[in-house]
Amino acid sequence: MPISQSDIEKVARLAHLELAEEELKTFGPQIAEIVSYVEQLNEIDTTNVEPAIGGLTPEGERTETTRDDEVRGSLGQKTALAEAPDAASGHFRVPKVL
Amino acid sequence: MVKNFRGFENNMSRQTVEFSITAAEKLNERLNAFLQIDRDGALQRATELEKSGAAEPLAGVPIAVKDNICVKGMQASCGSKILGDYHPPYNATVIERLTKAGAVVIGKTNCDEFAMGSSNENSAFGPVRNPWDTTRVSGGSSGGSATAVAAGIVPVALGSDTGGSVRQPASLCGVIGLKPTYGRNSRYGLVAFASSLDQIGVFAREVEDVARVLGIIAGRDSHDATSADIPVPDYTASLAGELKGARLGFPRTLFGKGLDEEVKQSVESVVDVYRDLGSEIVDVELPNAGYAIAVYYIIATAEASANLARFDGVRYGFRAEEAHELRQMYRKTREEGFGPEVKRRIMLGTYVLSAGYYDAYYGKAQQVRTLIKNDFLEAFKRCDAIITPTSPTPAFAIGEKVDDPMAMYLNDIYTVTANLAGIPGISVPCGLSSERLPIGFQLLGPYWSEPMLLRLAHGYEQARPFVERPPISAS
Repeated sequence: MPISQSDIEKVARLAHLELAEEELKTFGPQIAEIVSYVEQLNEIDTTNVEPAIGGLTPEGERTETTRDDEVRGSLGQKTALAEAPDAASGHFRVPKVL
Repeated sequence: MVKNFRGFENNMSRQTVEFSITAAEKLNERLNAFLQIDRDGALQRATELEKSGAAEPLAGVPIAVKDNICVKGMQASCGSKILGDYHPPYNATVIERLTKAGAVVIGKTNCDEFAMGSSNENSAFGPVRNPWDTTRVSGGSSGGSATAVAAGIVPVALGSDTGGSVRQPASLCGVIGLKPTYGRNSRYGLVAFASSLDQIGVFAREVEDVARVLGIIAGRDSHDATSADIPVPDYTASLAGELKGARLGFPRTLFGKGLDEEVKQSVESVVDVYRDLGSEIVDVELPNAGYAIAVYYIIATAEASANLARFDGVRYGFRAEEAHELRQMYRKTREEGFGPEVKRRIMLGTYVLSAGYYDAYYGKAQQVRTLIKNDFLEAFKRCDAIITPTSPTPAFAIGEKVDDPMAMYLNDIYTVTANLAGIPGISVPCGLSSERLPIGFQLLGPYWSEPMLLRLAHGYEQARPFVERPPISAS
């Protein structure tokens, strides 16, 4: 199905991307071409085919992944804030929400 | 490695690491393989190792690590401005294991941004240049790691492989590159691109070194729920095994259109070598392999759109300055911080997952993924490993495919199937083109068949050693 300019703008909004005019002009046709390419999958009969959920091998699926609910160490507030663009009073400070 | 890497003997850690660092620094202007070189830290570590007797299995071995794998105290930019100066507060599990085994990380290597690319041209810090011809790409996304090994700067390097990003640059740079079975290595500390496809992989110039490193990093990790609880065999012990009678699957229909003629002939000669070594060559079919790129570019981009949502300027990395409102900050930060390919893939992924399209694209792709997986399970009933080219062409020119995303994606035709099916794959150099550019072949095997793949690769390596060295080499 052909992708319109407004489809691209809607997707950009969903993805929290503020695209420039230039980008909207180039990305549109590029994405349309890729989507058109992947649509060849519609040729295939997938009746009764189980979707592959994730990439686990059978052994991976059998691997036990839970542990006891006991408190263990964590990064700690100081380390967790060390790379923050704007840390303040033990928080990640961000612009206000309007 | 012990023999070839500058006559490295026991307890010469400092000298070896010094050589490596100096080579990395000297060659970086021409190759751009490294984004960070840690001279002081690495030399200090090497000195400590010498002092304590250097008894560890990889004591003093200098390694390079792709910049999307966390090494505490070093940067992890993922080739992106949005993380530029980010320094992770922890080590990836594979790094913990390598460090405990005595290996010394000398630097972080350049890569396509967030591992998205097949040429290393999508890095925010400039492309990596192929040491065989610096007007050409190194391949990607782990181009820096492949180049560091190819140029003899380090004997081993780590990369990550989501659709071929270890195997393809290995092929283009004339080194060995292994992507293990999904779940063989821990992904803890690997910045996620597509969580159901990503695996950390190993580069080296000798199969034995791949085996040694894999043995150190592999294994269950409680920090990564997708790592499998499977024992780690002694990979070096499997190298000397018998090759006679191994059944090699040859998927004839994949050797057709789009494949460079020299690559085709080179890989067909490899089949002849295996035949001479006693292998039985078996025709196999992979009927749905032609759809793999379509499936990959739906699933990988969908997963990437979710994984990259965390880059929003809040907790780490770059934050756009002129934003006065929270969501405006997210949008501006991501707009300014991400490169075009990353944005394209996030958009694609968001589109295929959006309401009304989910079943048509993502649901369908998951079903075809099952078919692709089943093709391999069927084929492996009749053969032990499947041989293909790794890349349809040798290294192309820098700039040649950047403006055509679809053309760039088609570089992955032989490699994405392994990630979709979760099976291991290894690329091995098998010759040079008439333009003296490396050609590689790929072996694919069933789940957990790394010992057999390494044995087959080793057997070829012994029969046809790849002794060529690129014009740009550490010496």
